[in-house]
Amino acid sequence: MTSAPLNASRPRRADRVFRGISTGAGVLILAVLVLVAAFLVIQALPAINPTAHIDAAPNGFAAFVGPLVFGTLFSAVLALMFATPLAIGIGLFISHYAPRRLASMLGYVIDLLAAIPSVVYGLWGIQVVAPFLQPVYQWLSDNWGFIPIFEGPVSGTGRTILTVGIVLAIMILPIMSALAREVFLQTPRLHEEAALALGATRWEMIQIAVIPFARSGLLSAAMLGLGRALGETMAVAMVLSPAAAVTFKLLTSENPSTIASTIALDFPESSGLDVNALIAAGLVLFAITMVVNSFARAIVTRHRDTMGEN
Amino acid sequence: MASHPTRPSLSRWIIIALFVSGMAMSYAIAAVTASGSEVNVLGVVVVGLVIFGVLTVGLSWATEGRRKAVNRAMAGLITSAFGLALIPLVSLVWTVATLGVARFDSQFFSSSMRNVVGAGGGALHAIIGTLEITLIAALISIPIGLLTSIYLVEYGRGRNRFSRWVTTMVDVMTGIPSIVAGLFAFAMFSLFFGPGVRMGFAGAVALSVLMIPVVVRSSEEMLRLVPNELREASLALGVPKWLTILRVVLPTSVGGLVTGIMIAIARVIGETAPLLIVAGFTQSMNYNPFNERMMTLPVFVYNSYSSQGMDAQAYLDRAWAGALTLIIIVMLLNLGARIVSRVLRPAGNH
Repeated sequence: MTSAPLNASRPRRADRVFRGISTGAGVLILAVLVLVAAFLVIQALPAINPTAHIDAAPNGFAAFVGPLVFGTLFSAVLALMFATPLAIGIGLFISHYAPRRLASMLGYVIDLLAAIPSVVYGLWGIQVVAPFLQPVYQWLSDNWGFIPIFEGPVSGTGRTILTVGIVLAIMILPIMSALAREVFLQTPRLHEEAALALGATRWEMIQIAVIPFARSGLLSAAMLGLGRALGETMAVAMVLSPAAAVTFKLLTSENPSTIASTIALDFPESSGLDVNALIAAGLVLFAITMVVNSFARAIVTRHRDTMGEN
Repeated sequence: MASHPTRPSLSRWIIIALFVSGMAMSYAIAAVTASGSEVNVLGVVVVGLVIFGVLTVGLSWATEGRRKAVNRAMAGLITSAFGLALIPLVSLVWTVATLGVARFDSQFFSSSMRNVVGAGGGALHAIIGTLEITLIAALISIPIGLLTSIYLVEYGRGRNRFSRWVTTMVDVMTGIPSIVAGLFAFAMFSLFFGPGVRMGFAGAVALSVLMIPVVVRSSEEMLRLVPNELREASLALGVPKWLTILRVVLPTSVGGLVTGIMIAIARVIGETAPLLIVAGFTQSMNYNPFNERMMTLPVFVYNSYSSQGMDAQAYLDRAWAGALTLIIIVMLLNLGARIVSRVLRPAGNH
């Protein structure tokens, strides 16, 4: 930039002030993040103290948060299992199957799903999805009950961890399919045309050219979706009938609970050390999502480095 | 391996015929099995689509060969993945719209829940709370977010160590679960105001934590779109850098910036968890965000559902009406963002 020496030789006060203000905003962001961590740690410490007696966690903090961590991971992985194939399908449909003029509008429709507040998903999940799925669960348990995960007794309300997984999958679908669509659209056109010119059908072209190119992008989309599902609160809090159990059974009313939903349900009525225990649980959730998200970012960064090959 | 060029391929008419026969077969099956009871239209369509798919792929396999049959099968699967995703969207919008209109009346928008047991009452206190808290969150987040993105694009140029740090931290902030943001605001304010603190302002701080990274991300993207020639032309005329940013860069990208900010507001206006934690809930009007509990619309929806009184239906109706109001607000913000980006699109010959 030719302007740099000019500015350096004639520094103006307004320039310095403006630069200072905008740098300050950046510093503030760093400070906020440090503060988030610091305040959470300060408030979490009393609960982690092994001698403290916490009403919510009579057997110590680890025994309290352990089942919740299990439930958080379990429900998020369930959601990811449903959402990943669908997101890839939607991404491919919008990028390679839908008519071009229609494609951007369809993408907008999917984005609308992302705009709906999670409390509305919760209300819908409990009033529509759970009653709708309950007979399906009954059927699954009656006919496939010999498989341990489908073992009864079936919940009479349908408010099970499987319903939560399905609702969460719907909630993370928009972000995942938007990312998948982006990645698919970045496939080099020449690769696609070369595959088609060799006589490949559209699906073969996708197999040869699009999927290999998109693989790492899809992985990072899945990780970001997982991060979303881990932290989702209201839909889980409303749909699930929790029991803090550690079980892989999908259809019973004894469901593992998640960290976020436990905090939302218990916090308004908590006081004293219970509050600290919930904040400590929140800190654990923060750590888990940070690991998942940084994994996703690491994949993207590596991907960016190898993009030069094209 | 390649299919012979002269090999027959299924014409459009055959496909249409297969579709019609698939639907007809599905309807026949339904009519026989249902025997008297009402036929489920949705079920007929779904089964009909499955039969249509199987017929098409089978016929294609027999006449066109395996590769084209697989191609058709995958096209069908991918299209139905998209169709499947539309089902929840349609169901959700339909449910909220039909159940929400029951209490979507003038009383809902003109009264609070003070002293209301059973039917009646409204969400005015929650709407006021949502507007105030979101406004404060926006007033905190927009300057910080915008200035940070200006730093990243105009001063840091995304290269020096500090701006790389800021970018990473913005990424980390994007991943903060909303409930953790609520806990942070609670942890901070309870240090100053004692345990059990609840106030609207703390809710706004929690929302800002969620909103700032969204604003930084979208603004950064928009500022990077401003062509460097514009900046250089302005600087070459002797305009100082800060004026260049204020008079050249920002006006050029104003459409994108406003769009990004409106979408960021739409994101946080529906947040429930942090407000449940730190703004609490109340049945009365509270205009003062610095004092006591403050109701918000998402929390109103949750609270109406979770603590139903004697007349449960009245509480459910209010919950759905609140959900409808919330969705309308969010959709209007999204629509507004689209319109703004179209109206304020930078003039030019590209």
